[in-house]
Amino acid sequence: MSPLAFYPLAFVCIASAMGVVLSRNPVRSALSLVASLFCLAVFYVFLQAHLVAALQIIVYAGAVMVLFLFVITLLNLESDRGLGEKPVLSAIGFGAGAIVAGGLIAALSRTSLGARAVTLVPTFGTTKVLARQLFGDYLVAFELTSMLLLVAVVGAVVLAKRDGSYEGDEQEAAVPARSEEASH
Amino acid sequence: MRAYLDAIAAGYPTVSPALVYLIGMLAFGALVVFVFILPVAGITSWVERRVWARIQSRIGPNRVGPGGFLQWLADGLKNLLKEDVIPAAVDVPLFRIAPYVVVAGFVAAFVALPFAGSLIIADLNIGILYISAITSLVVIGILMAGWSSNNKWSMLGGIRSATQIICYEIPVGLSIFPVVLLSGTLSMQGIISAQGWAPTSWHMFHSPFLFVSFLLFFVGALAEGNRTPFDLPEADSELVAGFATEYSGMRSLLFFLAEWGNLYVIGVLVSTLFMGGWQVPHFTDNGVVLAVAQFATMFVKAYFWVFVAMWVRATLPRVRVDQFMTLCWKYMVPIGLVNVVGTATMMVVLPQGSIVLRWIMVAMTAAILVQFARRVFFHLRRANYGRLGRISEGAA
Repeated sequence: MSPLAFYPLAFVCIASAMGVVLSRNPVRSALSLVASLFCLAVFYVFLQAHLVAALQIIVYAGAVMVLFLFVITLLNLESDRGLGEKPVLSAIGFGAGAIVAGGLIAALSRTSLGARAVTLVPTFGTTKVLARQLFGDYLVAFELTSMLLLVAVVGAVVLAKRDGSYEGDEQEAAVPARSEEASH
Repeated sequence: MRAYLDAIAAGYPTVSPALVYLIGMLAFGALVVFVFILPVAGITSWVERRVWARIQSRIGPNRVGPGGFLQWLADGLKNLLKEDVIPAAVDVPLFRIAPYVVVAGFVAAFVALPFAGSLIIADLNIGILYISAITSLVVIGILMAGWSSNNKWSMLGGIRSATQIICYEIPVGLSIFPVVLLSGTLSMQGIISAQGWAPTSWHMFHSPFLFVSFLLFFVGALAEGNRTPFDLPEADSELVAGFATEYSGMRSLLFFLAEWGNLYVIGVLVSTLFMGGWQVPHFTDNGVVLAVAQFATMFVKAYFWVFVAMWVRATLPRVRVDQFMTLCWKYMVPIGLVNVVGTATMMVVLPQGSIVLRWIMVAMTAAILVQFARRVFFHLRRANYGRLGRISEGAA
């Protein structure tokens, strides 16, 4: 992969990943995540995994993140209500972040950077090869995963349908709050 | 394209080939955008206004240039020179970026759109999947515009648009599956090569399932493109202009540019997937003449569907939100699933397809079109005795 394409892309990818964490506004965080996912998809293209790149955009950037954005904009979450007001929560968050970062650094320090490039077969990453793997070698795992997702969907429907759990009034009250704030 | 750039790179050994490739691709992309995409989108706006006016017994824009043809240039110039108003309460960076995201999503689709047998920017092996993926940028841009405008109409428009595109992506995807099954590839050129120039070899007439798929695709594509009768996100009578309410000048025009240009994309997709794309009879060995004929065939087929979309827009009223959802989930998705299973069964039972069935499908379609034309001319003749005097003069 040409460094000419790699460095600008890597910069955008990391900058948008930082934007997800550092932005105080949930909508901006979500949009940064979309940008980051797009950059990852471009990396997949450079690694000859075209199908994975397209699926990444369709599933994550196109469907999952649109639903995220949808819910965030619909509920109109307040932007500045962070964890800063509750010291215990922010301490827990900081601790968890430090553990993850430590784990990542430990894993990276064991990785050797001098790996040799492999020669790819011409059919690498094509839809046919991937489909054969997915629906041949890994069929059972694939079907079990889809069952799991189905169970999750049914569970979500059952939870959402339960009487008395809908707190519609609270959400409705939140909508005018933002427009008043804006008109000042 | 790649071979051509390699040849250029070989001529300048001191320059890195990657740099030549990057600059060459950027230049070619800019050329396609300015010479083809923008004029097509602009001219479509003029055609749409003229066609719409004709259907409503008006005249439409006819002052700038012959028949008003240069109206799109005048409008573009006017909007470029207008003040770009940014309201005080909006989220400024997102508000500014949103139109560009929408336009980027639509322009990026052209990368995999075939123009002729040898004319395609990149014949990706995941072509049709790439197009349906990259156009999801449009939803994100529209949601950005709706939210950042800090206005309830814009918000509702953005949310409606997101719902619409997410829901209709499913029937559109399901209607692409049978075509992919038949041609055995996702590449756009591969799908076209699996068909011939004669209507009997088009995917559309392979079986009744494919014909229904074609109808589902066209309806779903109109819904994804926010076109009437599915223009709920910018319903003028309910939401002012929906997600575009707070935009002015060129930024506002960019949304509409994407919408008009998207019509052409829909036309190309319909003709590629179902109508044989650029396939022409091999009448000459001259490559250039053949390429021009292929380009013209593709353009005429695509523009025919653009015209149908305009016609539909001038004819049908807007659907309600609940009707819209009913149509998608209760009708189009189940029919799409039946189509996928039906096509797969057909392919197992009759691996070569049935030429008799193809001829019957073509003949039935022709019969429906002839009957439709007879009805149209019958009503035009009756209108001669009605109050539309202008038409009767023209017809006589």
